[in-house]
Amino acid sequence: MRRLAVGIPAAIAVALIALPLAALLARTPWSTLGEHVTSSTARQALFISLQTSFGALAVCLVLGLPLAWVLARSTAPGRHLLRALVLVPMVLPPVVGGAALLFAFGRNGVIPLRLSFTTAGAVLAGAFVALPFLVLALEAGLRQLDPRYEDAAAVLGAGPWSRFRHITLPQLAPALVAGSVLAWARALGEFGATITFAGNLPGETQTLPLAVYVALQSDRDAALALSTVLLGTAVAMIVALRGRWLTR
Amino acid sequence: MRKAGAALSLALVLAVAAAACGGGDGDLTVYAAASLSSALPQADGVRYSFAGSQQLVAQIEQGAEADVLVTADERTIKRVTADYDAVASTTLAIAVAPGNPKRIDALADLAGSNIAVVLADPSVPIGRYSADALAKANVTVRPKSLELDVEAALQKVAIGEADATIAYAAATTTATAKAELVPIPPEHNVVARYYAAALTDRGKPYVEDLPAVLHKRGFDDP
Repeated sequence: MRRLAVGIPAAIAVALIALPLAALLARTPWSTLGEHVTSSTARQALFISLQTSFGALAVCLVLGLPLAWVLARSTAPGRHLLRALVLVPMVLPPVVGGAALLFAFGRNGVIPLRLSFTTAGAVLAGAFVALPFLVLALEAGLRQLDPRYEDAAAVLGAGPWSRFRHITLPQLAPALVAGSVLAWARALGEFGATITFAGNLPGETQTLPLAVYVALQSDRDAALALSTVLLGTAVAMIVALRGRWLTR
Repeated sequence: MRKAGAALSLALVLAVAAAACGGGDGDLTVYAAASLSSALPQADGVRYSFAGSQQLVAQIEQGAEADVLVTADERTIKRVTADYDAVASTTLAIAVAPGNPKRIDALADLAGSNIAVVLADPSVPIGRYSADALAKANVTVRPKSLELDVEAALQKVAIGEADATIAYAAATTTATAKAELVPIPPEHNVVARYYAAALTDRGKPYVEDLPAVLHKRGFDDP
């Protein structure tokens, strides 16, 4: 009886995730998949997606690593508030994030960088939603470091950069890889903030998720083919991370 | 623990069931083109879903239940039913910021390098009408974005992110209230025709009334 009480909801949960994915694969037009995936719209969208998701990851790494350092090492009184702030893009509906970016960095924004409707804007939208994933992973990684190694290196005469490069970074590598993959995947899948802030223009700001959304309204087979590509990418990510989750 | 688990799954099943049949069964559900969002009468017992015509049709194809469908072109409504009628028409106009600060007087002005233009995607009726008008005027525009319904494009003008878009002359929507319409001369203009279909018997009276309702709202007769 107890087994059923746990097993049935668990099985429903598995079905909730697996059934829609199976349906997607069942409806995918496999015979014309190649055609759809190599169409000019798909290739442009793939290129923009790679460009903006890796761009967003680069922004996250450059800004997120120092931020994670501050969160992990600082004892300043405001650090809890800071951490809460960093989490906001994770729980905020992305379309709200996109509107916020528009009013911050758009043409009439508080800081009129005119990034709206540009590829750079799509990068920024991705970085906005992906940053928390990287920062959280890195902060956890930094907290697990044993400070005695750094202290020992300092005693032996290593400077701050040398300590970071040879002691901290190698120990941080697993967290860095996991955080990067999560942040990149989040940026790759970004939709709401992108369409709101960067718009939808093939070859400029139309990423794969946007192309899927547009195609769903007019060319379902193309939408299914592109969806399968994104699903494949997601599965590949999980396989790449298998050491972390699958074999626990 | 066991009881709590069972209660929880029961609650979940009930929540899903309630959501599935939620939303006032007595209401008439009208799926209508986004450009009609302020032209159609708000009345008790009528629920509207406004979106680009191509999106409404895609939703109905996927099983969304509507009593009435109103689209901004024939190509989209044909995907759902063969039994439809033309209910209104209008022409196109250029929508610009109030006061027309960039002095946009004609379609040719949209090609200017200092003019930020958003258009609608060619899968959206207004996107195709706009492309037809631009082709007639022999103008090539590099849009900043291809929006998925006319409201989204108008909104970009309303908040100042774009200087201009092409919209329906008669559809005085919430966003156009904050924008100004610049007429397009007949030789470059195209006629946009609205079509409606009753997808259930309950929808028939609504569709029959539509031509008169839209005429009163400033639309041309079909």
